[in-house]
Amino acid sequence: MSATTLSPADIKAEIKDDGRIPLRGHLRHTGALVRRNLLWIRQDPESMFDALLMPVVFTLLFVYVFGGSIGQALGGGQDGYVQYVIPGMIAMMSMTLSQGVGTGFSQDFNSGVMDRFRSLPIGRGSVLFAKVSVELVRMLFATTVLMIVAVLVGFDINSWPGLFAAVGLAAVFASSIMWVFLTLGVILKNAQSVQAMGFLVLFPLQFGSSIFAPTASMPGWLQAFTDYNPLSTLADAARGLMVGGPVAHDLWVTLGWSVAITAVMAPVAIHKFRTKS
Amino acid sequence: MTRIDKNPSGGNAAVSVRGLVKHYGETKALDGVDLDVREGTVMGVLGPNGAGKTTLVRILSTLLSPDSGQATVAGYDVIRQPRQLRRVIGLTGQYASVDEKLPGWENLYMIGRLLDLPRKDARARADELLERFSLTDAAKRPASTYSGGMRRRLDLAASMIGQPSVLFLDEPTTGLDPRTRNEVWTEIKRMVGDGVTVLLTTQYMEEAEQLASELTVVDHGKVIAGGAIEELKAKVGGRTLRVRPVDPLQLRPLAASLDELGLTGLAASTVDTERGAVLVPILSDEQLTAVVGAVIARGITISSVTTELPSLDEVFLSLTGHRASAPQDETPAPDLQEVAV
Repeated sequence: MSATTLSPADIKAEIKDDGRIPLRGHLRHTGALVRRNLLWIRQDPESMFDALLMPVVFTLLFVYVFGGSIGQALGGGQDGYVQYVIPGMIAMMSMTLSQGVGTGFSQDFNSGVMDRFRSLPIGRGSVLFAKVSVELVRMLFATTVLMIVAVLVGFDINSWPGLFAAVGLAAVFASSIMWVFLTLGVILKNAQSVQAMGFLVLFPLQFGSSIFAPTASMPGWLQAFTDYNPLSTLADAARGLMVGGPVAHDLWVTLGWSVAITAVMAPVAIHKFRTKS
Repeated sequence: MTRIDKNPSGGNAAVSVRGLVKHYGETKALDGVDLDVREGTVMGVLGPNGAGKTTLVRILSTLLSPDSGQATVAGYDVIRQPRQLRRVIGLTGQYASVDEKLPGWENLYMIGRLLDLPRKDARARADELLERFSLTDAAKRPASTYSGGMRRRLDLAASMIGQPSVLFLDEPTTGLDPRTRNEVWTEIKRMVGDGVTVLLTTQYMEEAEQLASELTVVDHGKVIAGGAIEELKAKVGGRTLRVRPVDPLQLRPLAASLDELGLTGLAASTVDTERGAVLVPILSDEQLTAVVGAVIARGITISSVTTELPSLDEVFLSLTGHRASAPQDETPAPDLQEVAV
């Protein structure tokens, strides 16, 4: 039998080989791409500035500028407002930092390296999963900074498990929102458009929510919006977990939103990425 | 590594393209292209900007889907078997497709891992290819600090990690200075020496002649000529010999006598008074030698003799009777965004 003759096993292997990538392969590819994105941070530490400064600036701004008056209305003064707003900030951070994934991705697309990735035998989703993973690392970093600042301005961590649960929930929600920004990153022409578009989405969602102030004093039409806004439920769930109070309803609504957004947007993002010319 | 012949047609075409069409609205980027690249050879695809060269490469490397027609690479169909196809190809784009923020070594290691090499092998392969492409000293520096030539070499190294059987080089030297261009050519020749099949797009006849054995000339998404490079060169008048006498008064008598002796190729010789030279189209080295002999026989002192390849414009002029399609932009800025035409 000559070396070139196919044995039945070879033929079977050939027929079975439809080029599908096993799960282990996906994990390996995602890992290699995560390493790439982490090396970016090492190469360019300034890219972490937003994750470092945002929690500091926003916490100081809200606690010291608005904290007194909102806190008074809440009945707890500035200290009461700290307990109110810090869980909200965790929700805000998850949303704001998620936006970075879209702008970064858009820049990536305008360099030739995306063509190389797309011509390699890798699951094209790996490129996106890696982006999401690294952005979650950035988010956890920002949350750590936030909690340090929070403690410095007087936040009481009542429950460590509650804190971790709140951060976990925010990460789940953030990873779902990232698929929206990844989609924008693929379909919009440049990073600036992604950022502009991102702000249009972010602003109403963040301020039309219970993140910074209780919704009870808002007009009815706005309350109708804030009640359905996942950032409200995320903030309220985080509040419940970290400071105490009802949790279950907000937790489920937030998880529901996360699952729904991921289920719709992840396939859209991967499809858009796959077919982008 | 034993390779099973996966080519269902049984022939030895590593790349086979039939009736490939891709339109962008009104623009016909590819308008029915047929092409075959035999295993182990280098096919040059020559054409001006906007001729459809990049579109062709993008379809063959599964980055784009054609509107109609068929194409196989190493026996795999670009539409039905993209995943298998990606395993056997290497791609070097028009603008170096490396991650500029990563050091050279990290670029190669990453691609090794993406190609499922075990960590140890990916490391060894990165070291080996950096060495081979003379980039070892720059291994730890971000690719953004590399010169244009270094970046192209890194790009070529990246394409070689998976030991591809078919390599697509899309204008590998566009925008490089002549010395760097030579460096890249040397590397490509070495890769070809390893037996890889290459499809190379270029705007330069000189590049095609340096690297390719066969040539396909495209314009407006259509193949307008094809064949062995020698045949095509003969078709377009081979080379041009530029003879410069010391005494400009001898230009015209020299040209006349060469024509008389019948030493020129397809066309008569011409006089370039501005630069003080006689241009003699020649088809062979024998003709070149005969012309030089005639110059000596007439006792004319000359200051230089050079041969030139016909430019893309001359190739087009002789093949189609019109100049290469505008707009011509010989050296696009490297940050120019790819329009994928």
